[in-house]
Order: sequence, then structure tokens, then C-alpha cells
Amino acid sequence: MYNLKMFKSFEPNKIFIIISKAQKYVLFLFVIVLTIGLIEALILSPEDYKQSEVVRIMYVHVPAAWIALGIFSSLAFLSVGSFVFKNKHLSLIAKSLAPSGFVFNIIALVTGSIWGKPTWGTWWAWDARITSMLILAVFYGMYLLSWRIYEDKEKVIKITSLIAILGATNVPIIKFSVDWWNTLHQPSSINILSTNTAIHTSMLVPLGIMTAAFALFSILIFLMKYNTELIKVKNKGLDRL
Amino acid sequence: MINEIISMNGYGAYVWSAFSFTLISFTTLYFVTKLHLLKEQKRFAAKFGSLNEDNARVARLQSINREILSNTSNI
Repeated sequence: MYNLKMFKSFEPNKIFIIISKAQKYVLFLFVIVLTIGLIEALILSPEDYKQSEVVRIMYVHVPAAWIALGIFSSLAFLSVGSFVFKNKHLSLIAKSLAPSGFVFNIIALVTGSIWGKPTWGTWWAWDARITSMLILAVFYGMYLLSWRIYEDKEKVIKITSLIAILGATNVPIIKFSVDWWNTLHQPSSINILSTNTAIHTSMLVPLGIMTAAFALFSILIFLMKYNTELIKVKNKGLDRL
Repeated sequence: MINEIISMNGYGAYVWSAFSFTLISFTTLYFVTKLHLLKEQKRFAAKFGSLNEDNARVARLQSINREILSNTSNI
């Protein structure tokens, strides 16, 4: 009754066949884009006039942070969708997205810490942006742990959805923390809604390529994880025969 | 040139450790996810193998089950 017609196309049988075949192509594309990205980021892109070569950390730190935020926002939308449309596949999709989001969040925190030492003189500061990213990692952790802890499917969907929706309130805080508070972080250099960017094209290109590589990696992990989840469902189906 | 790339104006330790951490995280996540997928495929194949003839025929009617089995045969 609550299912919309559009969700009929989310039939696992059809999706399984597509994602099984898509994985190798995504892996191939990821390796190519990552290789180009690494050459651009580590060799071809220029050093910064202020930060010198250490600016290259930006090419892993920024895409990781963007994708961690993007994935968590997706978790929240999928959770709302799973509540509204009572569609369990949406929570399965969210569950499959979460591990790569968590890893990207950790990468953003660790590479940010490594970048902080030579630029700010410290590995860690309780700065608004860093603290809100740490809170996001805690939400990711709680989300993933809930799937492991709770056995009851209905209960776990409710709990994880609640965590994702609550955690999503932190996403705008992360985004605007550099504007709302005085932080060690500089204000946003790139605005997707405007053509004005504070970064030169020679640095913007490797940043774009590395972001594409990271996005492909998150798609690859999602496909593999979703595949695993569908097989788990089918394993339970065999038990019922 | 190689020395310049390695030393990165004295920031090599920071730059290389950031990139290494990222690539190690990617590799670990990829292999852990792959391992879980293979484990689940093997479990499915084992369960399918233990089904009686009638149940196996019913299970084979679903295209997703046939797809899982065809992937499992490649392991």
C-alpha cells in the first residue's frame, strides 16, 4: 500500500544481476581514474605559495570529507524513505553505503590531523569543523554497530534510521562551521552553486579527478556490500524452503 | 627529480603518510568487503547443495539464485 510504483524497479532480482556485472567495470575505471589522479596530485600539480608541497594532502583530505558527508546525507534520505514508504530495500541500500562512508570519515580525520601538524603546529585541535567531523564519525560508528548488535530486523531498521536522521542534523553544522565560528579552518574555497572559486584550475583539476576516484571507490564498495546483503537475504530464503 | 618527489621540500613524511594511509584504508576495505562477499556466496552454495531435489528445483526458478550460483562456481 505504501510502496510507490517506482520502487517496483528496486526488485532485488534485477538489481543483483546488474550489480554483479557492474563491479568489475567500476573497479577497472576506479584504478584508471585513481592512477591519473595520483600522478596529477603528487607530481603535476603545483605547490602552494604559502603551504608549499604539504598542500598535496588536500587531494586526499577534501574528497574524503566530501564523500563522507555525501554518504551520510544519503543515509538520512534513505532512512526517511524507508520510514515513509515502508521499503526495506532502502535500509539495505543505506546499510551497504555506510562502511565506505565511515572509512572516508576516518581518512578525512587522519589526513586532516597529518595536514594540521606542519600548517597549524598541532595534530589535533577542538576546532568546530574537526569536532563536528569527529561527531559524524561517532554517528557512523553507532549506525554500523547497531546493525551488528540488534537481531530483530524491524527494530534495527528503526534504530539505524533514527541514528541517520539525528546524525544528519550535524551535516549542515559541518558545512557551515567555518562560517559560523572562528575556526582554524579557512572558509569554503569551492562553492558548487557559484562559479567563484578560490582555487586555481591547476589545483582544481587534480582535486576533481581525486574526488571522482573516491566516488568510484565508494560505488564499488557499495555494489559489493549490497551484493553480499542480497545473498544474505537469499540464504535466509533457502532456510525457509 | 625522484628525490624532489620523495622529499617534497621537507614535507615528504606528512604528504606520503597521508596518501599511504588513504591507500592502505582503501585496500583493507576492499579486501574485507570482498572476503565477506565470497564467504556469503560459499554459504549460499553449501546450503543450496544440501537442499532436496524438489526444493532445489523451486529455488532454481528464481533468477537471482541462479545468478548467485553461477558466480559461486567461479570461486
